[in-house]
Amino acid sequence: MSDRVHQQIHARAREESLLNARVCVRTPKTNAIPPEVPPELREEIERHMALYPDTRSAALPALAAAQRLHGWCSPEAIEQVATVMGLTPAYLAAVASFYDMLETESIGRHDVYVCTNISCSLRGADRLYEAVRDAAGDDPDFNVRPFECLGACDIAPMASVDGVYVGPLTPDDVPRLLDDIRTGRPVLADKQLATRLVADPNANSQAFPAHPIEESAP
Amino acid sequence: MTKALLFKDIDEPGLTTLEVYKRRGGYESLRKALAMTPEQVLVELEASGLRGRGGAGFAMGKKVSFLPKGAIDKYLVCNADESEPGTFKDRELMQKSPHTLIEGIIIASYAAGANRSFIYIRGEYSRQADILDVALSEAREAGLVGEDILGSGHSLSLIVHRGAGAYICGEETGLLDSLEGKRGNPRLKPPFPANQGLYQGPTLINNVETLATVPTIIGMGGAEYAKLGTETSKGTKLVSISGHVQRPGNYEIELGIPAREIIYGLAGGPPEGRQVKCWFPGGSSSPVLLADDLDLPYDFDSMAKAGSMLGSGAIIVVDDSTPIIDVALKVARFYRHESCGKCTPCREGTNWTVKLLERIDRGDATPMDIEIIASECENIIGNCLCVLGDAMAMPIGSMIVKFREEFEAHLEATRARSDLGAIHA
Repeated sequence: MSDRVHQQIHARAREESLLNARVCVRTPKTNAIPPEVPPELREEIERHMALYPDTRSAALPALAAAQRLHGWCSPEAIEQVATVMGLTPAYLAAVASFYDMLETESIGRHDVYVCTNISCSLRGADRLYEAVRDAAGDDPDFNVRPFECLGACDIAPMASVDGVYVGPLTPDDVPRLLDDIRTGRPVLADKQLATRLVADPNANSQAFPAHPIEESAP
Repeated sequence: MTKALLFKDIDEPGLTTLEVYKRRGGYESLRKALAMTPEQVLVELEASGLRGRGGAGFAMGKKVSFLPKGAIDKYLVCNADESEPGTFKDRELMQKSPHTLIEGIIIASYAAGANRSFIYIRGEYSRQADILDVALSEAREAGLVGEDILGSGHSLSLIVHRGAGAYICGEETGLLDSLEGKRGNPRLKPPFPANQGLYQGPTLINNVETLATVPTIIGMGGAEYAKLGTETSKGTKLVSISGHVQRPGNYEIELGIPAREIIYGLAGGPPEGRQVKCWFPGGSSSPVLLADDLDLPYDFDSMAKAGSMLGSGAIIVVDDSTPIIDVALKVARFYRHESCGKCTPCREGTNWTVKLLERIDRGDATPMDIEIIASECENIIGNCLCVLGDAMAMPIGSMIVKFREEFEAHLEATRARSDLGAIHA
């Protein structure tokens, strides 16, 4: 195909995709009383929108920003994102429900994701998760979740605390882990992934017990 | 045993900064590439024989050449949604040497004629995304990203886009939808992204490791790079090894060395007194291999010939202390959780596989159920828009075939313990 034909095809395809995109765009009528949007949130969302050829691409960073502010993707948070982005709340709620890290229910303040996928389980992750869950109880400080592979099988079993990776962990580490979060200290400073070398073959080694994968209640 | 190209300076203090990276020879390959024509860069990439490091193993140079020529908006997307269980090599690269990736992206975009690029990084890697953002702003300030890069006339915008936790967004078309601000559902192919990808424009999508290898190839020359590895699997590969080994971690190896050298030589093998029961050669999506397969060369074709795949280069070792049913259940539950639900064979198939495996584990399965799992797996493969369903069906199917007797024995043992068994007895 010649360049010109290609360009025509892409121009048409792009037009169609923009037309489709309008389906979920809010009309002024449905937006009679726009909710108050905190200025710093509005600014952050608009900054993201300006980065992309199609502003809708900012949906995930915008929802993440709203979640940081509100603690979760509450109806109010979604309404505010919708107002700034010119999308419907229903569209954004559908997007939010697709992703594991966007919370559609109220949660604790600190994310503690315990990886319970295959490599971590082979080294005792299910027991670790139960220990964290039981120790945290219903403390509103914590959002303890079993999580799919977090990409740190070299320090298995491991957890991500507000994005900070720590491991290898044993149930004995749990009290100190929770205590560090409560007091605002760096979490298990000696077990953070960031401090580990790559080239040293012994960087991640530790003795680990023989045990089959144990089942844990969801 | 290791061969360090990407990992040459990986533990160099301060390598994340532009200053140290440059001192170690960073961005020299970019200068070299910009002095060539885009066509010449493409010739080097094709000569290197580099195959995609994300899982599919498609020739990178060929992928670049599929993009239409001419002055239209073209995009380059770096797939940093590393979510394949057992894989953590891209995390290491981005965390320790973000500029290697940025340099690779600039060179690849020059060869492809793309002026807008994105790094789609999984949301869980928030620290790595922060590191990339800092490195990127340094690169922008130094005129390495932006308008008229180093006076070459080539312009490139680069944005780090954070995902929000969805395995399916590592699938290239699911990733594109997610990057467009939608739910990450895969698209029907064709059209392929090279023709209609992001915002319906021609799009080149490559894995982090693939792009990070580009500066090395340009630096040493495609032909020189192609001397490494085997006939059809050129170069070095980052291998993430985890599970029942004494020294889990990332190792860079020359493709084609025996798997035993990686599992035992580098990672130390299972602890004293235990044996390898089975191993996943390329992430949890790859069919399992056995201890007998340990002497196979670790490369794309040898793994394929053995009925598995090199995948993302993530070796997960399972030793003989673990019942196979536990491994099967873990794997199946993961894919059930991550199925986007768009295609019936995957949505229902992953769910039913978990249910049937649970029956076997609970003691209310009949021997026919093993047969049903096997046929179900067969019926998922090739029948969906993307390969997520296949990614469950292949390893589970291989476990059923290779550990049939163990499944049957487990089924009988749990049945004998359950009420159902008591009635039949």
